[in-house]
Order: sequence, then structure tokens, then C-alpha cells
Amino acid sequence: MVGYIIRRILGLIIVILLASLITFFLMHAIPGGPFDELKMPLPAEVKAQILKKYGLDKPIWEQYLRYIWRALHGDFGVPFQSPTETVLSLIARVWPVTLQIGAITILLSFTIGILLGILSALRQNTWIDYLVTTLATLGTTVPNFVIAVWLMLIFSVTLRWIPTGGWGEPKHLILPVLAYFLAPTAVIARFVKVNFLEELRKDYVRTARAKGLPERTVIFKHVFRNALVPIITLLGPMVPDLATGSVFIEVTFRVPGLGKFFYTSAFNRDYPMIVAMILLIAVLWGITYLITDIVYALIDPRITFT
Amino acid sequence: MRDVIRVYKKNKLAVFGFFVISIIVILAVFADAISPYKYDEIDLMSFLQPPSFKHPFGTDSIGRDLMTRIIYGARTSLIVGFSVQIIAVGIGVPLGLLAGFYGGKADYWISRLVEVMTAFPGLLFAIFLMVWLGNGLINIIIALGVTSWVGICRVTRAKTLEIKGETFVEAVEALGASNSYILFKTILPNIIRPIIVMVGLGIPQAIFGEASLSFLGFGISDPMPSWGKMIQESLGYLQGYWYMGFFPTLSLAITVLCFNFVADGLRDALDPRMYGRRA
Repeated sequence: MVGYIIRRILGLIIVILLASLITFFLMHAIPGGPFDELKMPLPAEVKAQILKKYGLDKPIWEQYLRYIWRALHGDFGVPFQSPTETVLSLIARVWPVTLQIGAITILLSFTIGILLGILSALRQNTWIDYLVTTLATLGTTVPNFVIAVWLMLIFSVTLRWIPTGGWGEPKHLILPVLAYFLAPTAVIARFVKVNFLEELRKDYVRTARAKGLPERTVIFKHVFRNALVPIITLLGPMVPDLATGSVFIEVTFRVPGLGKFFYTSAFNRDYPMIVAMILLIAVLWGITYLITDIVYALIDPRITFT
Repeated sequence: MRDVIRVYKKNKLAVFGFFVISIIVILAVFADAISPYKYDEIDLMSFLQPPSFKHPFGTDSIGRDLMTRIIYGARTSLIVGFSVQIIAVGIGVPLGLLAGFYGGKADYWISRLVEVMTAFPGLLFAIFLMVWLGNGLINIIIALGVTSWVGICRVTRAKTLEIKGETFVEAVEALGASNSYILFKTILPNIIRPIIVMVGLGIPQAIFGEASLSFLGFGISDPMPSWGKMIQESLGYLQGYWYMGFFPTLSLAITVLCFNFVADGLRDALDPRMYGRRA
């Protein structure tokens, strides 16, 4: 077990190093450097001085090693779009915005998703079952910025209840969360429904019913527990997804979060920010995969480590 | 083949999806003949017109007919959807075959590469590539193609491993067939169905990807129409000019949904054992 975890962590480090290598070299392969697009050409000595200051005169592999070395010490450089901060402090400033939306979305989608799933399992082929199926198809196939525009058309343009975007007041949270929450809710509801139906067909349910237990006890004391444990496995991939936010939703509703900053960084070619964000996201996903695999193994003793 | 069509026809949504997509394809192919205006025809005298007989879907902020731009947008979407899958198959199938058939070092490194690709979720890597490549139709196809072969590669590898162990492959091997004969004449025909299913699932994803990139401004450059770009342009006008956002979002949603219906039907018909889509 310990050996397995160590091997997985080593594998994770290799993957992250490869990811950083690819982003770093792609970044440097982009034609044009940060100091050669000035309107007034710099004197050659000054330019050499600047390049030397930022270490850009060194061969690229040395630059990469220096970058990794500094990154390991928590120094990801200075974002071009806001030179008075460091990349780290900028991320620390904008990330809570995204985390807030993500946390609310996870909470809501799990409660409502589980509820809808159970309802549609117990009331199969009724309107609620069809509603869940329709929402699931829409939520998993239609792009979330399309849903965002529809929500804006309904709630902001037609009904005039909620502003189309902005940040700072609780009402600004409503539409982004709604736009987000459809897809995970749909996935959870469908998953719960399938699990519930599967459990209901098992022998122990027949036994419980046969010995005369009331239906409520059968559902809530027996089926409920067994059907809900696998939902933990859905939580895993949802956390990094919602924690890093959606570029599209944040751009549509003008939410100043991580996704929006990825967008402005990409648009302004803010290389230190782009590389740092891609690394952050890669690390988050890597850790999530690792934890999910370990948790799977802890829950289900049949899984062996190889 | 008969069986495939029979099972496919049983799925009413898939038949409906196929019907709608046929219409969209016809619109896209004959866009020049069908559309009432030119897609880059600017008419400053009639900007931001609501839907009318003259402009069924209205006009945008510089007076371009929105229905025309939506019809041409279908062309953009379809070109991207199909071309991206051609690239994805071109990269994913050979790599999957290599990894699955030869195993060992090839398998190890291809699997690591797949892991690195999955470490970049969703479209972020594609956005990054677009920053590097610059806007334009060809560049979108490259950026999306390079980032969407992973699923096909995985399926190809898994199926190759599965088929490789079958007795009939052993038999062909025992008869002294060369590796390339086994790969292309014995294994490939047996894994073609799941690959078709993956392509079916990949097309709507590529259309979605193009719309997303264009929505963010990293996609199709003006004056070529793209639904994603039209949606983005509409954001500032939704208050008062609802039709600017409504028609492009509706077209995109219908197209992506119908392609998904078709993909579902294809999966049921071609590969009934394949579960866990959109993994």
C-alpha cells in the first residue's frame, strides 16, 4: 500500500514535470519576446542588460531549470498584467471568488441531485423521471455558456429579476451557480437513480420486505445507505473542476475569478500567469486522481494495488 | 450492416437527430444558394433590426443578416467537427495500435503521453495552443485535433489488447503472418466499430470546442461567421436585442444535441457492450 502510494506520487511528479516542460517550451516557441515589441527600439546595451536581469540570455534549458527551481520555492514570477503583485498573490486574490461559486454549486448539486435521483427511481416513468432525463441530456451536452445566455434571457432580460453580471453582492451569485449546477446535478441524479434501482432489485431488499418491514424502513434504513456510498466517487473529479472554475461562465457573467484571469492572461499573453495556472490545474487534477484511486481501494477491498 | 440499420432505427431520437443533421448539412453545403444575403454584407442603414420578413432572425450591430450568418456558421461548425475528428483518428488510432500491439516501452511512453494530455482538463490546453498559433479556421482545427485524440487512443489500445488475445489472432500468427498483416488485416477490422462510435461522440465535442474558443475570442477571425463568436457578440446587446443571443445559442444547442443523439444510436447499433461514455 505504502509502496503503491509512493509509486503513484512519483508518477504524478513526472507527469507534472512533463506538463511544465511542454508549456514552458511552447511559451518560448511563440514568436516575439516580451521586450522586442516596443515602439521605440531599445539600445542594444540596454536590451542586453534587461535580458540579463531576467536571465533571458541563458540557454533555454537553463532558463527552464531556473524556473522550476524558483517555482519549487513558491516564486512563479510577476504577472505582466499587474506588475506590482506576484503571480502567487494574484492567484490568492482571485481564487476565493471561484471557490465560493464552486462550493455553493457542489453543495446544491449534491442535495438536489440526490433528491431528484431518488425521486425518479421511486417514481419511474412519471413526469419527474422524464424531467430528470431531459435535464441530464441538456446538462451534459449543451455548452454551459449557452445555458448561461438562456438564463440571462429569462431572468435578466424578460423577468428583470437579476442583473446580467457583476460581482460583490449575493444576487450576483445566483446566475453563475445556476448555469454551473445543471450539469453536475444531472450527472448525480442519473447516477443515484441507476444505483437505487440496482439496489432495489437485490435479495436483501426482498428479504426485508418479506419479513414485513414497512416500505419506508426498507428504503431509508437499507437501500439508502448502500445506494449512496458510491456517490463519493463522483465527488472526486468534481472538486478540481469546480475549484478551477469555468472560463466561459466567469466571462459571461463578468465574475472576477480564476477562470476570468486565465482568459485575460491568455488574451494578453501573460506568460508567467498562464504557466502558473496550467501547473496549478495539472497539480490539482493529479492529486485528485491519486486520492480517488486510494479512496476507491479503501472503500472496496477487492481492488488490489499493483 | 442490415442489423446495424435495424437497431439504429429503433432509437427514435437517433433517427430524429440524423434527420435534423441532414438538414443542417444541406444548409451548410448550399449556403451560397440558400441564404438571402452575403455573410459579410454590411448594411449600416438597418443595424440591430428585430426579426422581420426581410431579416427573419434580425440583424447585428453593423447590419449583417443574422439568418445568413447562422447558415454559414453551420458550415464552420461542420468543417471543424469533421476535420478535428480526422486529425484525432490520425493520431489516436496509430498510437493506440502501437501501444496495444507492441506493449513494452512503446506502451509505457504512449500511456505517459496520454496521462500528460489528461492533466490539462477541457479546453485550457486548446486555448493555450490558440494563443501560440493565432486565430483562424485551420489553427482551430489543429488545436482541437491535437487535444482530442486521447479518447480514441485509449479505446484503440484497450480493444487492440483485447483482440490480440483472441484465438483467431493466434491462428493467423501461427500461420506466419507478418506484424503489419496482423495489425491491419486482422486487428483493425475488428476494432473499427468502437472507433466509429468514438468519432460520433467526438464530432459534437469538436463543434462545442470551436464554439467555445470562438466565444472567448481565440477562434474564427472576422468576417467568417461562427456561432460561438455570434453568442459572444450578443452578450453586450442581450438587454433589448434578445434575438442576437437567442438564435445562435439555439442553433448550437440543437446541433450538438442531435449529433449526440446520433452518437448514442450508433453506439447502441455498433457496440452494445460499450458503456461509460463521456468518461
